[in-house]
Amino acid sequence: MLSYIIRRLLLMVVTLFGVSIAIFLLLRIVPGNIADILFDSAGLIDPAEKKKIVADLGLDLPLPMQYAQWIGGLLRGDLGFSYVSEKPVIDEILPRIPITARLAGFAMLFSITMGVPLGVISAVRQNSGTDYGLRILSLSGLSLPSFWLGLLILMAFVHYSGTIPIYDRNASGWNWWMLQLIPAAAVGFRSAALIMRLTRSSMLEVLRQDYVRTARSKGLSDGAVTYDHALRNAVLPVITVIGVEAAFLMGGLIVTETVFNIPGVARFLVEAIRWRDYPMVQNLVMFIAFVVVTVNLLVDLAYMLVDPRIRYGS
Amino acid sequence: MGRRATSIAIACLLAISTAATGAFAQKSGGLLRVTHRDNPPSASIHEEATISTDMPFMAVFNNLVVFEYGARQNRLEQIAPDLATSWALSNEDRTLTFQLRDGVKWHDGKPFTSADVKCTWDTVTGKVDGKMRKNPHKTWWFNIKEITVNGPREVVFHLKEPQPSLLVMLAGGFSPVYPCHVTAAQMRTAPIGTGPFKFAEFKQNESIKLVRNPDYWKPGRPYLDGIEYTIIPNRSTAILAQQAGKFDLSLTGEIPPELVKEIQAAVPEMQCLVQPSNTQGNLLVNRERPPFDDARVRRAMALAIDRKAFSDILSRGVYNIGGAMLAPPEGLWGWSPEYMAAIPGYGADVEKSREEGRKIMRELGYGPDKMMPLKVSTRNVASYRDASVILIDHLKTVFIQAELEPLDSSVWYARLLKKDYSVGMNVQGTGIDDPDVMFFENYLCGSERNYTSYCNPELEKLFHQQSQMKDQDARRKIVWEIDRRLQEDGARPVVFQSQGGTCWWPQVKGLKLAVNSIYNHWRFEDVWLDR
Repeated sequence: MLSYIIRRLLLMVVTLFGVSIAIFLLLRIVPGNIADILFDSAGLIDPAEKKKIVADLGLDLPLPMQYAQWIGGLLRGDLGFSYVSEKPVIDEILPRIPITARLAGFAMLFSITMGVPLGVISAVRQNSGTDYGLRILSLSGLSLPSFWLGLLILMAFVHYSGTIPIYDRNASGWNWWMLQLIPAAAVGFRSAALIMRLTRSSMLEVLRQDYVRTARSKGLSDGAVTYDHALRNAVLPVITVIGVEAAFLMGGLIVTETVFNIPGVARFLVEAIRWRDYPMVQNLVMFIAFVVVTVNLLVDLAYMLVDPRIRYGS
Repeated sequence: MGRRATSIAIACLLAISTAATGAFAQKSGGLLRVTHRDNPPSASIHEEATISTDMPFMAVFNNLVVFEYGARQNRLEQIAPDLATSWALSNEDRTLTFQLRDGVKWHDGKPFTSADVKCTWDTVTGKVDGKMRKNPHKTWWFNIKEITVNGPREVVFHLKEPQPSLLVMLAGGFSPVYPCHVTAAQMRTAPIGTGPFKFAEFKQNESIKLVRNPDYWKPGRPYLDGIEYTIIPNRSTAILAQQAGKFDLSLTGEIPPELVKEIQAAVPEMQCLVQPSNTQGNLLVNRERPPFDDARVRRAMALAIDRKAFSDILSRGVYNIGGAMLAPPEGLWGWSPEYMAAIPGYGADVEKSREEGRKIMRELGYGPDKMMPLKVSTRNVASYRDASVILIDHLKTVFIQAELEPLDSSVWYARLLKKDYSVGMNVQGTGIDDPDVMFFENYLCGSERNYTSYCNPELEKLFHQQSQMKDQDARRKIVWEIDRRLQEDGARPVVFQSQGGTCWWPQVKGLKLAVNSIYNHWRFEDVWLDR
C-alpha cells in the first residue's frame, strides 16, 4: 500500500513536470505576447517602444532560461511577478483559491447528492413514470450549456424577485448560502446528470446479479438490498467518473464564474491567458494540474474503502 | 385685494424657498456603484487609450483646465479652470502661461507645484524618460517646444506655432496632471492625484474602489463617499444586475442602442442616453501592396460602400454617417448633410456610386466572370467581424470576391505593424472631438496610429494651417475640405460612427454628459445620490 502511494506520488511529479513543459511551450507558441496586448489596448504599433517593453519584462531571454527562472522560482516558493497587475503572483492567486474551491466543492456535493440518489431511484423504478421523468431531467442536464442555464437563472431571479444572485463579498447568512448554492447548482447540473445516468445503468446491471437475488431470497428489506448490496457494488464506476469530472468541472467553472461574476481562479485564468500574463497562467495551470492529479489519487484510494477486495501494491 | 396680495406674496416666497432648496438640495454621502466591462490594462491614464481606464480613474486627478461641466458639447469656448486658475496667450500666441492654484495637495500630502506640470508634459512629449510603458497620446503634444516654470505657481508652455486646440486637449480626460515624485509603476497600480477621490483599491478582474478626498481643494466637493466599479465581463449579467438595482450607473457607451430600448421597456424609470462612443469603423487598405497601390482600385472599393446599410444593420439606423470627424448635431467638426451628399460614396444614390465603381473595375479587367479575389482581415471581435461581413457583401457589387480572415487581437496589431494585410476592417476610438487630435494622430506621415501609412505632404500643410487658426468657423471649412480629401483618397474610408448607451437610476443626480465625447466628464465631483 505504502509503496503504491510512493509510486503514485513519483508519477505525480513526472506528470506535473510534463504539464509544466507543455504549458510553458504552448503559451509561447500561441501568437502574441503581453507586449502585443499592451500595445493593442493603446492602439500603438511603434516597434522601438515595443522592443523596450519586451526587454523590460525579460521576454527576450532564451526560452530555456525563461523556463529555468520560472521552475527555479516555483521550487523556492516564488511564483514571480504578474506583468499586468505588477504585483506578486501569489498575492493575486491566493485570495481567489478559496472562492473557486468553495464553488467547486458545492458543485461536486450537489452533483453527488443529486446524481446518486436519483440514479438509484431511476434504476429501482425502471420504466416507471418516475424513471422517465428522471431520464428526461438527466438528458436536459447533459444538453443544457451551463452558460445558458446560468443566464436563465439570473433572468428568472430578476424577473420574479427583483434580485440577482451574483457574487457579493459582503453577503452573509441566508443570502451567503444562496449565492453559493445557486451557481453551484448551475455548474453541477451537468455532472449530476452524468452521475445520475451512470448510477442508473450501473445499478440496473448489479440488480440483475445472482448475489442480489440471493439477498432478496434471504428476506432482506428492499432498502438493505438496494443500498447495502447493490449500490456498494454499483458505485465504483461512479467514483471513477467523479474523479474525471473534477477535471471537467474546471471548464464549467470558467463559464459559471463569468455569468455569476464570481472573482475566482477560473475566470482569472481566462483573463490572464488573454493578457498572456505568463507567470500568472503558468502557475495557475500548475496549481490546477496539481489539484486534478491529487483528486485522481484520492479517488483511486477511495476504491479501497468502498471495495475491500481491492488492494494496491500486493 | 389685500388678502389676494398676501397670498401671491406667500406663493412667491414659497416658490423662492423651493427653488433655493432645490439648488442646495444635494445630499452628501453614499457609494456610487458602477458596472465595468473589463479589467483596465492599468490605472495610468497617460499610458492608456481606453475608456476602461479613463472613466474609473479620471476622478483621482485634476487637469490644468477642464471642459465646463454640464455644457452640451466639449468645445474650446467652454473651458473652465481646474488646477490652473487662469491662462494667457502671448508672443503671437506661441506662449501659453498658466497661473496655478495655491494650496493644492496630492493625495499623499505633498504639495502640488508647477514642477509637477512640467514633468508630466516633459514625460508625455518624450523629453524625459518617465518610465511609462506606453505613450499613446504623444502625437497630441507635437507642437510643444518647451515647458518652463516661474516659481511654484506659474508654468509656461512654449509652442512651435499658435495652436488654439492645445487647450482642448489639455481639458480632456486623457490629460491629467501627474505627480513628479511618484513612479510610473505606482501610477499604473495605485495612482496618486489631486482629484476629488482617492484611489483605494484595484482588485484585478474584480473591482476598483475610490474614496472621498476629504482635503479636496474645491470646498464642499465631492458629495459622494466613494465610487465602486465592479468588473463584470459578461454584458448580459451587467445589464441584469443594474436592472435588479445592484448598480446605479453603467460604464459609459457600453450598452448597444438596441439594448437600451429593451432596458427602458423593462424598467421605464431607468434613464439612458445614447451618444457617439467616439469610435468609428473604417476600411484599411494597404496601399503598398498591389493591386491596392492603384488609386482606382481603392476608389472603386470606397464607392461600393453603402454606409446607411451599415448603420441600419449594425444599430437599426442609430450609428452616424460621416467622415473622419464626428457628424453633427453631436459633433462639432463633421460635414453638414448637404456638404456630405456631394462627396463620392456618400450620396443617397448608392447604386449610382456602385455603377461608377463597376466601371472602374471593368476598365481594370474585372467583371462578374472575373472577380478580384481578396482577404478582409479583422480582429476576431464581434464589432469588427460584423462590420467585415457587411463589407464583404458590399464589395461583391464592384466585382470583388472577398473572404473573411478573423485574427486574434494580439495578432491583429502585429500584422498591421508588418503591413501584412491587404484590406482590413478596423474600429478605432478618438479621445477628443477635435481636428488636431484626429488628423495628427491618425493621418500624419509617420504617426504611430497611421496604420495605412497614408502620407500626403500637401494635406499635412492644411493640417497645420487649420491647427493655427483662431477663427473656428473658418477653420471648420478647411477641416471639411481635409476630411473630404481623406475620404476621396481612400486614406482610411470611414464606414460608420458608432453610438453607445449609458444608463443610470433616477437616484443618481448631477450627472451631465456632453454629447461629443465619452471621455471627459467623469470627475464625479458634482454627482450625488438621492437614496
